[in-house]
Amino acid sequence: MATETTRPEEHAPGGGGEAPDERVLLETEGVRVHFPIRKGFRQKVVGQVKAVDGVDLSIRAGETLGLVGESGCGKTTLGSAVMRAREITGGRIRFRASDGRLLDVSRLGPDDLRAYRREVRMIFQDPHASLNPRFTLLEIIGEPIRVNEGLSGSALEERVAAMLRKVGLRPEYMRRYPHAFSGGERQRVSIARALALDPRLVVADEAVSALDVSIRSQILNLLQDLQDELNLTYLFISHDLSVVEYLCDRVAVMYLGKIVELSETEPLYAAPRHPYTEALLSAVPKPDPRLRGGERRIVLTGDVPDPSDPPSGCSFRTRCRYATERCAAEEPPLREVAPGRRAACHYAEELELNGVV
Amino acid sequence: MRAGERAAEAGGAPAAQAGGAPGAPGGEVLVELRGLKTHFFTDEGTVRAVDGVDLEIRRGRTLCVVGESGCGKSITARSILQLVEAPGRVVDGRILLRRGGADGGPGEVVDLAGLKPGGKEIRSVRGKDIAMIFQEPMTSLSLVHTVGNQMVEAIRVHNDVGKREARERAVELLGMVNIPNPGRLVDSYPFQFSGGMRQRVMIAMALSCDPGLLIADEPTTALDVTTQAQIMELLKRLQRELGMAIMFITHDMGVVAEMADDVAIMYLGKVVEKGPVDDIFHDPKHPYTRALLESIPKIGHRRRERLRSIKGIVPDPANRPAGCVFHTRCDAFMPGRCDATVPPPVALGPDRQVRCLLYGGDGGPAPGAPDAQTAAPEPTPESSHGD
Ligand SMILES: Nc1ncnc2c1ncn2[C@@H]1O[C@H](COP(=O)(O)OP(=O)(O)OP(=O)(O)O)[C@@H](O)[C@H]1O
Ligand SMILES: Nc1ncnc2c1ncn2[C@@H]1O[C@H](COP(=O)(O)OP(=O)(O)OP(=O)(O)O)[C@@H](O)[C@H]1O
Ligand code: SF4
Ligand SMILES: [Mg+2]
Ligand SMILES: [Mg+2]
Repeated sequence: MATETTRPEEHAPGGGGEAPDERVLLETEGVRVHFPIRKGFRQKVVGQVKAVDGVDLSIRAGETLGLVGESGCGKTTLGSAVMRAREITGGRIRFRASDGRLLDVSRLGPDDLRAYRREVRMIFQDPHASLNPRFTLLEIIGEPIRVNEGLSGSALEERVAAMLRKVGLRPEYMRRYPHAFSGGERQRVSIARALALDPRLVVADEAVSALDVSIRSQILNLLQDLQDELNLTYLFISHDLSVVEYLCDRVAVMYLGKIVELSETEPLYAAPRHPYTEALLSAVPKPDPRLRGGERRIVLTGDVPDPSDPPSGCSFRTRCRYATERCAAEEPPLREVAPGRRAACHYAEELELNGVV
Repeated sequence: MRAGERAAEAGGAPAAQAGGAPGAPGGEVLVELRGLKTHFFTDEGTVRAVDGVDLEIRRGRTLCVVGESGCGKSITARSILQLVEAPGRVVDGRILLRRGGADGGPGEVVDLAGLKPGGKEIRSVRGKDIAMIFQEPMTSLSLVHTVGNQMVEAIRVHNDVGKREARERAVELLGMVNIPNPGRLVDSYPFQFSGGMRQRVMIAMALSCDPGLLIADEPTTALDVTTQAQIMELLKRLQRELGMAIMFITHDMGVVAEMADDVAIMYLGKVVEKGPVDDIFHDPKHPYTRALLESIPKIGHRRRERLRSIKGIVPDPANRPAGCVFHTRCDAFMPGRCDATVPPPVALGPDRQVRCLLYGGDGGPAPGAPDAQTAAPEPTPESSHGD
């Protein structure tokens, strides 16, 4: 059970020198992904979009790590770097193979890479863009099963049908093409495809964002059942803080390419330690029209910074209501502020920030 | 014309034709759907994706449409703009758009369902009268043109402005939807944007022509709550300033509570309940609405206890249950009634309507709704057209 393995962070990932923790399935150390900005006729590089800019995270086997943060802060980029769908500019990603070896993900040999691609699966944010319109559901979900497990014919159809049923879709429709489905139905096709091979790590990028509450509950229950059965590990990217609270053992909060807070879920929601987390929690819309327009919401003012030109010091300072001169001068490192809790704010200990009760 | 509807419409004629009821809660009806049916004719059978939808969308107000995945929300929206792809087609019903007449002058009423899909007339409606934000941004953004060029083109189709001016407007709009450094990103391609940034580009494009009606299909699914709050504020402000009507499709009940004036709950191609937002949240009538509200996970909810979902699975739209389409999953199922009679709409107030036999409609007892009017069984398609 995942919750049992959740204990305060005992070692600093990327701290250098320490023996790698046996429970860690995947670890990122100082990972950076920068995109060059090109300009003019000659496509001269005039700058870099620092989409991911020094991320240290460790994901333990069997846990669900939530990743939340502002639109454009680098969540998908980090997820695709983990997937090796995107090369990293700097840093290191390590993965514990099923035989216990610790692999450097950017340097996998062909066999290890094949195994990695089978064991680490991604549910993409935009199902429309990630499902090939020329293939039927049977082909989309069945292909990886055929390749990896050698199933074909009716055995393959059986497997695909079972998978479709699990995500609440009708097996009768397995010969339809993705465009003939609704948005939420397509999203579930994408989930079925990612889960079909019994992966070890699933990067779920806004995987339930298009689902209504009822089907979402069904999918969340499914994700948990699989985790309990197979000790699956999830990196769960979501903007929905109630889903994250429900599903995740720990949560990482990202802002402008960096992790600004990392904590177990309950303490983070009850008493955030970073002003950005506080603002996020305050903005969750309440399902009651009578509470509309209350004063609970912290409105983030100021322009959203450009990741190619982040502010000096603390990258949140241009929109932080607690910012001081020190915040402009000095960059706050992500540091331990309480046992098992990390925050990147100079005043993490002093500020009394509001959570949700 | 059904008895229930007559009460709701105060006069019998569709509200758009009657010019709406000035001063009535919600103001003038801008778009009205009457008995809309959109079906897909597939090899496996006919998928009745939208199967008799009645809705009214009012100027200056927001109608939120909610309902389970696959219940026909997007297809309803696409039908309004005649954007349903083959093998689908609007097979019945009316889509009445009131054009002009906002400043008191006489307007004209156009039945969009009667316009040729792809024809000139419907194209002149798109963008200016009605703009749409699609559920998946990449379906409508071009991969090979910069965001700026796509926006400039959209702006210039409907406004008589030069390229420079259109580009300035594009940058301004991108800034309004919180895209960082819009002056730089206007020259980027959609693949260089994050999922939520693309959604906001779509919003900016849709707003570029000051549409009378904005149809937004799940426009905030990829937005973190702070950005989402800013976008909702922006939409509300534009609505106040321009009197824009908004049809907002979402499954997020928190967003509904925040945005909606009116709510329509859809189930399997039909509107099963509609009414003002406060009534829907605090006095839901339809068992489906109740189940939906009960399954909202609240923040601060105990972790990892099993989540409630509505029992059973959504029936196949190609193979609908007899009687009430919800009866296979309903907690209040009445054997012999719910599986026999299609519940007609029952008016529970001037703007409040429900399709459930608990509130009458089949001549049986209606304990839940003493004031509900009994109405004839499901009318034939012709009679659902009003007069
Ligand atoms: N291929 C690319 N070229 C240039 N910039 C890119 C590219 N892909 C992403 N970016 C930029 O990197 C930043 C992070 O993007 P990313 O997609 O990771 O954000 P995100 O956190 O997933 O946001 P959202 O919640 O909106 O999906 C954004 O500023 C985006 O514009
Ligand atoms: N081209 C098509 N052929 C056959 N059926 C279709 C086609 N397009 C859509 N459908 C079906 O029509 C129904 C309604 O689809 P629609 O996209 O309106 O659902 P929705 O309410 O928007 O759902 P979601 O919340 O998942 O986006 C679905 O059951 C879908 O499978
Ligand atoms: S370091 Fe300063 S600016 Fe940054 S979050 Fe803390 S108080 Fe705000
Ligand atoms: Mg993303
Ligand atoms: Mg849809």
